[in-house]
Amino acid sequence: MVERTSPGVVRVSLSGNWRAQSRLPGLEVFTQTVSENAVAEGLLEFNTNDLTGWDSRFVAFIHRCVALGRTRNLTFRPDGLPEGVRRLLRLANAVPEKKDASHSVFKAGFLPNLGEQALKVWQDAREMLAFFGENILAFVNLLRGRAQFRWSDAFLVMEQCGPQALGIVAMINCLVGLILAFVGAIELQRFGASIYVSDLVGIATVREMGCIMTGIILCGRTGAAFAAQLGTMKVNEEISALETFGISTIEFLVLPRMVALMLMMPFLCVFADLISIAGGFVVSASMLDISPTVYFGRIVHAIQLKSFLLGVGKGSFFGFLVAFAGCFRGMQSGYSAAAVGEATTRAVVTGITAIVASDGIFAVLANALHI
Amino acid sequence: MAHDETKIEIRNLTMAYGSYVVMRDISAQIKRGSVFIIMGNSGSGKSTLLRHMLGLQRPAQGDVLYDGRSFWGLDDEARKVQLRKYGVLFQSGALWSSMTLAENVALPLVEYTDWSESDRDDIVRLKLALVGLTGFEDYYPSEISGGMRKRAGLARAMALDPEILFFDEPSAGLDPITSRNLDKLILELRDGLGATVVVVTHELASIFTIADDSIFLDADSRTMRAHGNPKELLEGSSDSKLRAFLSRGEISEQGATS
Repeated sequence: MVERTSPGVVRVSLSGNWRAQSRLPGLEVFTQTVSENAVAEGLLEFNTNDLTGWDSRFVAFIHRCVALGRTRNLTFRPDGLPEGVRRLLRLANAVPEKKDASHSVFKAGFLPNLGEQALKVWQDAREMLAFFGENILAFVNLLRGRAQFRWSDAFLVMEQCGPQALGIVAMINCLVGLILAFVGAIELQRFGASIYVSDLVGIATVREMGCIMTGIILCGRTGAAFAAQLGTMKVNEEISALETFGISTIEFLVLPRMVALMLMMPFLCVFADLISIAGGFVVSASMLDISPTVYFGRIVHAIQLKSFLLGVGKGSFFGFLVAFAGCFRGMQSGYSAAAVGEATTRAVVTGITAIVASDGIFAVLANALHI
Repeated sequence: MAHDETKIEIRNLTMAYGSYVVMRDISAQIKRGSVFIIMGNSGSGKSTLLRHMLGLQRPAQGDVLYDGRSFWGLDDEARKVQLRKYGVLFQSGALWSSMTLAENVALPLVEYTDWSESDRDDIVRLKLALVGLTGFEDYYPSEISGGMRKRAGLARAMALDPEILFFDEPSAGLDPITSRNLDKLILELRDGLGATVVVVTHELASIFTIADDSIFLDADSRTMRAHGNPKELLEGSSDSKLRAFLSRGEISEQGATS
């Protein structure tokens, strides 16, 4: 590859097989030659007599040479290039670059970024509040029997989030029961108080772990599904179709999901409590030789009705949170596959955060009210 | 009076996403029982205009009037009544994917009528038969082809005997024959139902076959460039860009590629 400059003409000679997988020559020599022989105006020519093969990399190379030459006032003469290359170059240069088309990447400093994020959070909170308000109105409509609500939809969701979720709820809660009993057993044994394992498992499960774990499982399983369903319906214009029929999307799509989860969660919680306590028994019996009579006897004694009701009530509330997060993020989704994925992620994050945060508030309230 | 005939009026409509203006100053009157075409290049805001007419998006300025009444001036209840007079066929059909075709067509009936179930079933079967989908009542949208989905969407759009039918790119993704049949179907339904039809398309064959009236949206100047019957526009207009569009660029090529 040689470069020669006769007065006013830059000639680039290219040879060999440019299709080979080897490294191709860079533009450095060309740039150097052009800038060394700075001329007011001139011609840029190519000589490709010895070229044996070329592909898009060759065309890209020429394209860059031409663009570079243009900034140095060199007029491009395509005569020396193969016919195919000339056609491709003509095509590439047919439409001039649109000035405002390229995305300008604006790098903001730390403070502007912080401000923007804060505004986003504020905007998000306002949308969430608006969505919450619409849901309340829809719920009032439902109680007055005027909502565009189909129980068949709610039952379908109930089936999906209830019976079909039993397996995973059972497995996770059984493990949680085992872990609670195991940790308790090791610590309590040192004080000779291993009998209290049953109290520990019972109270922890019924008041906290049962409903939290079930809420989180449902958030990942059902909340994510809600967001994906509604997001896809949005991409597919199904939501628009509902709106053009004057059917309220909140009443028709969100409400059944919300009602279904709120009704189903208490049952799942009770189920989770039972499984978890059974899991605790396995450890108690095998590690501490506690008999079933003693274990379950103590449990019945330890769990107060208000603790149980608190757990189940929280479960229903968590069901609401999961459905709310899933539906809200789904309805918020944009019109692309990537947006649906993002909506799903955000649904799960929002749901789990809301569950854990509200559980903290419940703990404080319960303490203050001596429940 | 001409006003009696006007079914839909677009008045000085400006459409914007936030501060980004898509189109400004669109005005048109659509006559009852006519087929009105919104045409324009890709990305010129045709579908956005349709969304404004459907009330899915609020105008930044201006108004859309139905029977002389502003859609956005109505209260919620009246708006719902108005929405019931529409039938919309979305680009991909937009059938509710968790329901069978019959359930899709039946849903508007369930929501807005107190007919018995057998009456409803009869209507559903009739509407599906009108679009040539007899026997597919129990299929789910994912089990049928794109063209069938569109026809099913049309059956659903007709469920409530709408006064206005909207079509978003009816021939997109269909082969020429299917799309021609759809055009014929649109005309027959217009005559049969006496409906006003609004179609968004850039398919020249359909434009010339079905249009009574049209507007041409231009992405560069961000407004409408022409208003009238497309055949007359092709013959009579001096606008080289419009003529290039209507002739697939074969007339006044120079003016079109700028």
